Amino acid sequence: MAKTSDLDVAYVARLARINLTEAEAKVFQKQLDDVLKYVEKLRQADVNDAELAAHALPIFNVFREDASSDWFTAEQALSNAPRKANGLFIVPKVVE
Amino acid sequence: MTEQDLPALTIADLQSLLRRREVSPREVIEALRARIEVVDAEIGAYLSLDMEAAMKEADKANVDLPLGGVPLAIKDIINVMGQPCTCASKILQGYRAMYDATVIRKLRAAGAIPFGKTNLDEFAMGSSTENSAMKPTRNPWDLSRVPGGSSGGSAAAVAADEAFGALGTDTGGSIRQPAALSGVVGFKPTYGRVSRFGLVAFASSLDQAGPLTKTVRDTALIMNAIAGHDPHDTTALNEPVPDYTAKLGEGLPGIRLGLPKEYLIEGVDAQVKAAIDVSVKQMNSLGAEIVEVSLPATEYAIAVYYILATAEASANLARFDGVRYGYRAENPRDMLDLYGRTREEGFGPEVKRRIILGTYVLSSGYYDAYYLRAQKVRELIRRDFASVFEKVDAIISPTSPVPAFKLGERMADPLQMYLADIFTIAANLAGICGISVPCGFAEVDGHRLPIGLQLLGKALDEARILQIAHAYEQSTDWHKAGPPVAASPQKA
Repeated sequence: MAKTSDLDVAYVARLARINLTEAEAKVFQKQLDDVLKYVEKLRQADVNDAELAAHALPIFNVFREDASSDWFTAEQALSNAPRKANGLFIVPKVVE
Repeated sequence: MTEQDLPALTIADLQSLLRRREVSPREVIEALRARIEVVDAEIGAYLSLDMEAAMKEADKANVDLPLGGVPLAIKDIINVMGQPCTCASKILQGYRAMYDATVIRKLRAAGAIPFGKTNLDEFAMGSSTENSAMKPTRNPWDLSRVPGGSSGGSAAAVAADEAFGALGTDTGGSIRQPAALSGVVGFKPTYGRVSRFGLVAFASSLDQAGPLTKTVRDTALIMNAIAGHDPHDTTALNEPVPDYTAKLGEGLPGIRLGLPKEYLIEGVDAQVKAAIDVSVKQMNSLGAEIVEVSLPATEYAIAVYYILATAEASANLARFDGVRYGYRAENPRDMLDLYGRTREEGFGPEVKRRIILGTYVLSSGYYDAYYLRAQKVRELIRRDFASVFEKVDAIISPTSPVPAFKLGERMADPLQMYLADIFTIAANLAGICGISVPCGFAEVDGHRLPIGLQLLGKALDEARILQIAHAYEQSTDWHKAGPPVAASPQKA
C-alpha cells in the first residue's frame, strides 16, 4: 500500500474539478493523511481467498423490456438549469 | 383529545382516531403545523415545509388506506415532486424535484402525506447533521448537543413530536445512529429491499432508505408501504414483501441473540455499556437465548467504508458540475473554470474531503492498494455475518458507542467523527438489515441523553428483527419517554 504522504491534495482536487485555496488544501492534507494512516490497517487483513464484493447481495443480469415510455419533456429537464435558451443548456464557449 | 395532544401520537394511534372519524386529516395537519411553529425554531429539524400541498392532500385523503391521512417528514435527499431537494447543500439551493422517488410514490399510494423536508449532513455525509450547509439541528433532549446524523432532522423531528414518522437514508448508520442519539426507532432495511430510485446517490452500493418512528410497530407500517421491487432500480430485490406487522406480538422464546465479543470494546461509554448489559439481561429474561459470537473482520469496517463510500461518492457527485441544475459560479471564463469554481463554492468541506479521498483511492497506481483491497475485505465482513447468522437470529450491540455529543465537539477532526459509526457501518457493507430502539438514558450534565440498542438481522429477515425489537420495546417504557422540549401533554 502506498505511503500516506503520496496523496497530493492540490493535485487530486484538480482531477476532481474542485478549486481549493492553499489554506484549505493544507487543512485537508493533514486531515486526509490521518484518514489514510487509519485505513493502513487494511494491510493486515488476509484477503488471499476473498472474492471482490462489489455488491452485498448477489444480483446478476437484471433485464427489462427494451420499450420506450414517457419521461421528462425537454422543458421539464431544463426547468432547473442555471442558464438555458432555445431548449438547450447554455455553457461557456468550448471551441475557439 | 385536543389539537395540542395530537402530535405526540404514534402512527398506529393516529390511525385509530382517523378511522373512527374522531379527527380529520386536515385537523392533523393543522395540529402538526402548530407544533412545528412552537418547537422548530429551537430544534431546526426542517429545511422546508409545504403545508398548502399537505392540506390539499388531507382534504382528499382516504383514511382507510394503510397510511391514509398520515403526514410524514422526508429527509431532504429524497425527491418529492415540486418540493425542494437541497441535500442540505448550497449546490442544490433552489432545485425543485421533477418527480417523486419510488418510496414517495409508494407512500402516496398508501395514503401518506409527505409535507416537509428534514435537515441532514450535506449529501448525507456526516454523523451529526452539523455538515448541513443550511443550519445545525439540535438534539431535543439537550439543545447544546447534536441529534446524530446524517438523518438528524428526521430523528429530531420525530423525537420532538414534530412528525409522526419520517424517512431517512442509511449509508453507514445514518438512520440508526441519529435514532439512537435522539431516542427514537430507526430502521435500515436490507440493501435492495427498498428502491433507491429518486434518492440522491451518495454511495450506491450502500445507500438504503428506511423509517424513523416512535415505535417499532410504526416502522413496520411504513415498511409495508415502501418495501418491494422497482423496475427503476436494478438493485431493488424482486422478492415478495411480507406483512411486517404479522410477527409483532410474538415473543422471544426460541430466539437466539448473538453478542459479538468485539463490540464491547474500549471507547464505549460506561453508561452505554451498562444500558446494553441490562437490555441483554432483559431479553434473556423474556426467553431469548444469548450466545457469544465473533465478527473479527468488523475491525476493518470503518477503513473499508471510508474507501468504498468515498470512491462511489466521487463518481456520484461528478454530476454536480453547474451545467444542468443547481448552483453555477458567476462569470466563468471557460468550462474548467465553471466546474472548478462551482464545486469550490457549492460544496462544503466534508463533501470536498470525501470527493478528494474517493478520487485518490480510485486513481491510477492506488486503485489496487485501496479500492480493490477494500472490496476484498468487504467480502470478509460479509462472510463473518453469514457464518454468525447460521447460529443466531440477530446480533445485539450498542448503536453508538457514546450518547449525543456537543455541537462543534468533533468538527475539527473528521477521523473522530467517522469512528462514531463503528457499530453501524458493517451492516451496510454486508447489506443486512438493522434497527435501533431506545434502551435507556445516560445522565450527562443534568440532562437525560437517549441510548440506542442495535439489532442486526440477516438479509431479508426484516420481519423477525421487527418482532424481536417489538418484544423488547414493549417490555420497557423507554419509548414512552419524551424530551423536555415544550413537552407534549401526552408524554411523561
